Amino acid sequence: MQIYLPIAEVSINAFLLLGLGGVVGFLSGMFGVGGGFLITPLLLFIGVPPGVAVATGANQVVASSISGMLVQMKRRGVDFRMGWVLLVGGLLGSFIGVRVFAWMTALGQIDLFVQLSYVLFLGLIGGMMFVESLRSLIRSRRQGVALPVKRAHIHTWVHRLPLKMKFRVSGLYISLIPPVLIGALVGFLSAIMGVGGGFILVPAMIYLLGMPTRVVVGTSLFQIIFTTSFTTVMHAVNSQTVDMLLALLLIVGGVVGAQIGAQISVRLQAEQLRILLALLVLAVCFKIALDLLLQPSELFSITPLVLP
Amino acid sequence: MIRGLALLLALSLPQAAAAQPLAPDTKHETIVTGLSQNRVQITTNYEGSDILIYGAVKRETPPPEGPRLEVIVTVEGPSQPLVLRRKERIAGIWVNRAAVTIDSAPSFYAVTTTGPLPEILSNTEDLRYRISLGQAIRAIGISAEAENSGDFVEALQRIRMDENRYRMAIGRVQLLQETLFRADVDLPANIGDGSYKVRLFILRGGKVIDQQDRYIAVRKTGLERDLFNLAHEQPFIYGVISLLMAAVAGWAASAGFRYLRT
Repeated sequence: MQIYLPIAEVSINAFLLLGLGGVVGFLSGMFGVGGGFLITPLLLFIGVPPGVAVATGANQVVASSISGMLVQMKRRGVDFRMGWVLLVGGLLGSFIGVRVFAWMTALGQIDLFVQLSYVLFLGLIGGMMFVESLRSLIRSRRQGVALPVKRAHIHTWVHRLPLKMKFRVSGLYISLIPPVLIGALVGFLSAIMGVGGGFILVPAMIYLLGMPTRVVVGTSLFQIIFTTSFTTVMHAVNSQTVDMLLALLLIVGGVVGAQIGAQISVRLQAEQLRILLALLVLAVCFKIALDLLLQPSELFSITPLVLP
Repeated sequence: MIRGLALLLALSLPQAAAAQPLAPDTKHETIVTGLSQNRVQITTNYEGSDILIYGAVKRETPPPEGPRLEVIVTVEGPSQPLVLRRKERIAGIWVNRAAVTIDSAPSFYAVTTTGPLPEILSNTEDLRYRISLGQAIRAIGISAEAENSGDFVEALQRIRMDENRYRMAIGRVQLLQETLFRADVDLPANIGDGSYKVRLFILRGGKVIDQQDRYIAVRKTGLERDLFNLAHEQPFIYGVISLLMAAVAGWAASAGFRYLRT
């Protein structure tokens, strides 16, 4: 069943879009990532114009994150206090990010910049996560018991920072400065890369803040809801590139997928979950790196010129 | 078929009077034309549409001796300026380097003819009426912007031909006894709003004898139109509605699944 999308101005099979939303929603619910780093390339691949793909992708991520977060909330898997602190940093970072984005666009190198950021951050985080979770998986196999994640509970300089605050749900008593900085980094990157930033936030919360895995997914989703909402409205106002009909189809598929994903994530071991997410992140990183390194089949590209 | 054409021909006769011959020495041959539809409505299930373009050559005297009558039909979508970029390898990475700005290129362009363009249309007439694909793209002054600027225009044609936006249909105009002709052009599903210009030319010996223009109004209707207008006229409200839709859908799925399990 073909459906004509009013903003994208293309006609695409409705079931294909439902399925696409479903797959990305499934991963989103399972890993606590928004799925922005998957949905945008996939939409481009099926012929949606780039601007519409980025903006509508953000809108879809809002829905699947809400759906996923509600499941986590029922299990007390959201540290709201930490979420708000991260969010303050996030808005700060995205404000700066939007400006850098505009500057790079003026230079005509935004595509390259985005691709390089993807390769760098996905590669770094995916690689680190993969090595760490593989190590802990082997360790737990050998000793026959699942070890808790190695959390940053050793007292370091981080714990001597001022502005300490109690995060009861996470069982932490730490300074506000690290979470605000992490939030700012994620906000900055999400504005530039057009993603929610879950794939950075999840490992940062585990390894840098030392939060328990149980609350990481829900808290990450909580923060993603706000950053992607901000992005959606920004794109709708600035470039009119949010396609509501496209978003609706992706969302219907996505929310169902997110529910199934969240159910499965409950049954998986934390190490297995992290290893799968690491593999997914590395796969996307590898694909983008290949695009940069191999000679493209078409060297030329067409960009409609927006009249001032 | 012929009866239908004759009927349509009769219907469009009054308009023929308005068509002025182009050159005084060839005025004894003029064209009368029509379209199967002059409105295309883009609805939610729009999958493209077939346009039948037909016409007849009207003459007071028998057809002249000499070169055969030829017909060219072009359909042209709204134009827009474009930036074309070319990737080059720098330090092992493929990067956008040279860029040229095309003043205006049609979003859709289909040329349908009775024969190969170089044989039926002279270069001077092509320049004058901008019939061939290369002429329809206005790329003035790009040679100063990059080396091998011709490659850029070629690439534009190649990419859009692959997307089925640009087409050359040689020999696809059916011409009966140098009088009646028809061409079928299907508008693809990936088109936007606007006025699509249909031009019909009759030629002899590479020269245009008569030309007539028709327009097809392509418009979104119903939901498509409402969403498009809202997005452009009230972008903030549109953005907020998009968010609300996302929130409601997210909540509904969560609540629905909980209900299913209990």
